[in-house]
Amino acid sequence: MTTEAERAMELATAHASTAGEGLASGPVWQHRDVLDLDDFAREEIVTVLDVADSMREVLDRRIARVPALRGYTVVNLFYEASTRTRASFELAGKVLGADVISISASTSSVQKGESLIDTVRTLRAMRADAIVLRHASAGAAYLAAEHTDASIINAGDGAHAHPTQALLDLYTMRRHFGDLAGKQVVMVGDIAHSRVARSDLWGLTAMGARVVMCGPPTLLPRGFRPGERPAHAESALPPVTIEPNIDRALEGAHVVMALRLQSERQQGGLLPSLHEYAQRFQVTAKRLERAHPDHLLMHPGPKNEGIEIAADMASGGRSIIEEQVTNGVAVRMALLYLLAGYTEPFPAAGDGGA
Amino acid sequence: MSDGPSALVPPVQAAGPLLDAVALRRTIVRLAHEIVETNAGTEGLVLVGIVRRGATIARRLADAIEGFEETRPAVGVLDVTMHRDDFGARGLKHSPRPSDLPNIEDRTVVLVDDVLFTGRTVRAALDALNDFGRPRQVRLLVLVDRGHRELPIRADMVGKNIPTAKQDDVQVLLEEEDGRDAVVVVPGRGQG
Repeated sequence: MTTEAERAMELATAHASTAGEGLASGPVWQHRDVLDLDDFAREEIVTVLDVADSMREVLDRRIARVPALRGYTVVNLFYEASTRTRASFELAGKVLGADVISISASTSSVQKGESLIDTVRTLRAMRADAIVLRHASAGAAYLAAEHTDASIINAGDGAHAHPTQALLDLYTMRRHFGDLAGKQVVMVGDIAHSRVARSDLWGLTAMGARVVMCGPPTLLPRGFRPGERPAHAESALPPVTIEPNIDRALEGAHVVMALRLQSERQQGGLLPSLHEYAQRFQVTAKRLERAHPDHLLMHPGPKNEGIEIAADMASGGRSIIEEQVTNGVAVRMALLYLLAGYTEPFPAAGDGGA
Repeated sequence: MSDGPSALVPPVQAAGPLLDAVALRRTIVRLAHEIVETNAGTEGLVLVGIVRRGATIARRLADAIEGFEETRPAVGVLDVTMHRDDFGARGLKHSPRPSDLPNIEDRTVVLVDDVLFTGRTVRAALDALNDFGRPRQVRLLVLVDRGHRELPIRADMVGKNIPTAKQDDVQVLLEEEDGRDAVVVVPGRGQG
């Protein structure tokens, strides 16, 4: 009996496939968990987006349900409020035929003082295959992943990372532009507290986009500016342009991403007033005139219309905010599918022919 | 020909192709005639190819039919990856691809695949087809039937029956995908 690798080689040679996909060469995917995009190679991001294309087709069917993940159990464990991410994962699992349950901290034993680690272990003991975790503390998903062999999907950990949102952003942009290389993506708003911005930055730079960050100085991250970065991290951090002036930032932008401004920031003394913020940084029709004529307007939601984004723009012709939501389901289906394929502990010998 | 392996027939060696380019093209033309003949024309006919090589064969069959009939039957592409019963065991060997089907409601669907082996792909295809509508009739066409069925499935139209050992690997090579047309058997490399 030859090994799987030898067999793959032989088949690939025999087929001399020009389509870029040998018969036995699976997709590029090396993850048991999805914690952030900083450890995703470009090829792995491409894998997710390619699989998401197929999932989007399933989602658009008259009967959107396939049995691919029958017997696979997904648990949504949410320590923070969420509408779209949670519903998105529930739907993604259900369309693929998985069993999905959702737990919110407010109605669970977390109220009785159960720790995150204990909760995750308890869910694994009930044979959860994937745990989708949202938590207010940065690093929570990493901690959980260390203490279970279930797949952990980070659905937001504090101000740190939100990789599934970043992947759906990348997917949505790719559907419009094809290739993201050289595209200018401008994020406007509270970058410092945005886990979306952080994960998007990893993903966008991996795909070759140029990232510009714009916002009031108090809401711009320190460590991101060239020169402010610790010397040892200079080469490890992705390149980014910081431009506090919104008119200059939007010049020629292909994608404008408005970020949610949380009202707590005003109480925290980082903003003089929401009104002043809106005056200086709101994404408006007038300001968007400077962007590329075919620009796309995005927002990770939930949005504060009239603060970070003008209401008429949020529902205007360049807005693809609702499409982001639909694509989010497809991208999460792709991730569940890839994780389910990866965690299978008994990889079988090949299956020749049809 | 016998369906499945026979003790008297040794597995064919990989020395020469079982079908060369000319024979393969001839087989496709013959199958195209068979489709039209059994359907008494092209009325209500939809050819649905299973990703990837089945889809290529379905397109070729449609080209051939267009050559001798006035019309070209509708052609669809069906990916069955997400309907397979062995996803866990196969893991990520294949990425799913988008399906693209014309209306199949109340039509005669000819399901097209390159190799009929265990029958599991066809079972998955019948299941997947259900999500797109309810055909009046589903018929199965394969370029090669190599035996070793694990499910009660049989093809209505067969290009060539090829006796094989179960662990052999039968490969249909097509110009569009592989740069040449041929059917070859690689002995003893497949499922053990």
